[in-house]
Amino acid sequence: MKRSNAPIFWGLFGAGGMLSALIGPMLVFITGIALPLGWLLPRELLSYASVLTFAQHWLGKGILFFVISLFFWHSAHRIFHTLHDVGIHAGLLARLICYGLAMAGTLIALVVLLLIGF
Amino acid sequence: MSARRPYKRPMAGWWRRNPFFVEYMVHEATAIFVALYALILLVSVVQLATGEAAWSQWVAILRSPGMVILHGAILIALLYHAWTWFNIMPRTLPPIMLGGNRVRAKTITTVGLVTALISSLMVFALIDWLGK
Repeated sequence: MKRSNAPIFWGLFGAGGMLSALIGPMLVFITGIALPLGWLLPRELLSYASVLTFAQHWLGKGILFFVISLFFWHSAHRIFHTLHDVGIHAGLLARLICYGLAMAGTLIALVVLLLIGF
Repeated sequence: MSARRPYKRPMAGWWRRNPFFVEYMVHEATAIFVALYALILLVSVVQLATGEAAWSQWVAILRSPGMVILHGAILIALLYHAWTWFNIMPRTLPPIMLGGNRVRAKTITTVGLVTALISSLMVFALIDWLGK
């Protein structure tokens, strides 16, 4: 019997959903509001040198990779399973587009983060 | 000769007729905002890898009122996602037994929300520490 691939996608959906529920709002507040406005946090943290140092550290690199990748997989799975509810046939094409975009996002993040170096 | 035209129940707007399904659609739609934020972070990483000039241009965009307002909308959507995620969690987890009793749904939701609050404060403290 062929094994189902459903647990993999469900697992990525769950991991991304959990991560975005735990720290998602705070990340958006920090990177999208506090740092650009220099509000509560120093504006210098958004300088090229600071962010480059963060992205070159293995921990910073890991955080960026898992947040970007898991957030993409979470939304891809959720959007795919809601297509039927809005009257769009959730067939192979829809599956390829949803999960394909998440895979593309993951690979681009991986390559770019490696190019930034250590 | 007549073409077969079976009756198809129209689907348009079915969920708007019931508050339960409206809520379902709203919490499912938070996924669009999660994807949007991941895309913003991905663009940020690409701009960072491109070089200092590209990064400065990108930061200027991040500081524009439109982009800050967009992040405000994403923030609201993610707060709602977090709230619904932990409220649905008692139904998505297998039953958890503790001392012979099943852990109550309200307990699971509360533990989830408190964990989210603590981990968020830890993230803020980490970034605050990096700025010192």
